[in-house]
Amino acid sequence: MKYASKVAWQPTADIQSLRQRAGIIAVIRQFFAQRNVLEVETPSLSNATVSDVHMRVFDTQFSDPMSPEQRTFYLQTSPEYAMKRLLCAGSGAIYQMAKAFRNEEAGKHHNPEFTMLEWYRPGFDHVKLMDEVDALVKQVIGCQPAERMSYQQACLSHLSIDPLSASLGELQKRGCELGYEHICRDEQDKDTILQLLFSHEVEPFIANERPCFIYEFPASQAALAKIKVNDARVAERFELYYKGIELANGFHELSNVAEQRQRFDADNAQRRASGLPHITTDELFLAALDAGLPDCAGVAVGIDRLVMLALNKIEIREVIAFNYHNA
Amino acid sequence: MANISTNEFKAGVKIMLDGEPCNILENEYVKPGKGQAFNRVKLKKLISGKSLEKTFKSGESFEGADVMDVELSYLYTDGEFWHFMNNESFEQIAADEKAVGDNVKWLVENDSCTITLWNGTPIVVSPPNFVELEITETDPGLKGDTAGTGGKPATLSTGAVVRVPLFVQTGEVVKVDTRSGEYASRAQK
Repeated sequence: MKYASKVAWQPTADIQSLRQRAGIIAVIRQFFAQRNVLEVETPSLSNATVSDVHMRVFDTQFSDPMSPEQRTFYLQTSPEYAMKRLLCAGSGAIYQMAKAFRNEEAGKHHNPEFTMLEWYRPGFDHVKLMDEVDALVKQVIGCQPAERMSYQQACLSHLSIDPLSASLGELQKRGCELGYEHICRDEQDKDTILQLLFSHEVEPFIANERPCFIYEFPASQAALAKIKVNDARVAERFELYYKGIELANGFHELSNVAEQRQRFDADNAQRRASGLPHITTDELFLAALDAGLPDCAGVAVGIDRLVMLALNKIEIREVIAFNYHNA
Repeated sequence: MANISTNEFKAGVKIMLDGEPCNILENEYVKPGKGQAFNRVKLKKLISGKSLEKTFKSGESFEGADVMDVELSYLYTDGEFWHFMNNESFEQIAADEKAVGDNVKWLVENDSCTITLWNGTPIVVSPPNFVELEITETDPGLKGDTAGTGGKPATLSTGAVVRVPLFVQTGEVVKVDTRSGEYASRAQK
């Protein structure tokens, strides 16, 4: 062999899977066309990025032929801010299938570059959007309609603890009892313990027969979701799980610009405390919110994971042409 | 030893955990879309031999364990220690009862054993996959049985008890698989 290499040049997915994947993408486009949701494209390279404490972002340098200065561009981790700017500009319902990039993420269900389906529905709340996500997933995977359970109920059933009222001490104790003493003994962040217990002790036990929506996450894990009007302990955020895979994350979108700025500041305060770099706030996004985001709900679905479920594949590499090893 | 981070955890990497050297078997990345990343790791405690699953926050790091395997010949026991020798350097090393454990019954003089050293001290003694030992006691079997219909217990020179076919007799040398503790064959003369 003339061009011997340790890494195979061949695709990590077989061609049959790629054909089926293309079929699924076509079904998705048809789904939105029938519902009059407009397909859009927004930039992969952006001047600003997300402040999420747990997100690691790829950046790169732009050499502008019209300027001596180099500029940092960030590869988007999701098209959320750009799509919301379109909504603020009056786009109406929109969807996008785009590559998203997340550094330090690789595994059975993660590839640093992946395909995301994101859509926004003006006039919907998170409950109504769950119906639409359910319809799409049912059509693509051919599964039963999804169950729905609040985050609180899921934790009460599977962890025997109330995530909304438990103290840090109670969460630490429960975590130790469940065998996670190593992390829970000294962990000072309630959400870290909850995320550990939820991913290890709840997720494997739900959504095995049919998909399951978990809704109303603790307000401390709101991300960009609205806080519930008559219960400030929870955010109007949902996730969809099926067969051990986290498939979607949706919000009744936060539209209050002051509150959005506060959340960015809180992220940066937490970043400072953890020794992580400060993220410059995306002022274009905030300016758009200030102009007015229509009341809407939005959701991101991992396309690769959706295809994995549709084709009964175990690893993300089996549904993408080349994974990060041989990209 | 240098610190080893969760992103360096691969099968065969040795780390210190709760004061005991451990061998990494598997490492899986788990991360919710919104939230903390974890590594779910399967590992084996090298002294107790216990396998366990443990979850770490991604990026956590641990002291590496100074663990290595060496091939040494078994020499003799003085009752308290079991002595082994490097056939090239003639350097000798003594393993205690804890390191030898149940494998004491498979130690045959001059056999090459794998000794796991932690900070230079033997913590595990692994015998070869097959050893040859003499039968010191077994009931006389029925004549003519060559198929081995279930067999009979036989005590070997080290005290190990294995099931052997009925035709094998006291005084014969048999080959035993130390991994399963099962009779393999009569030894080649």
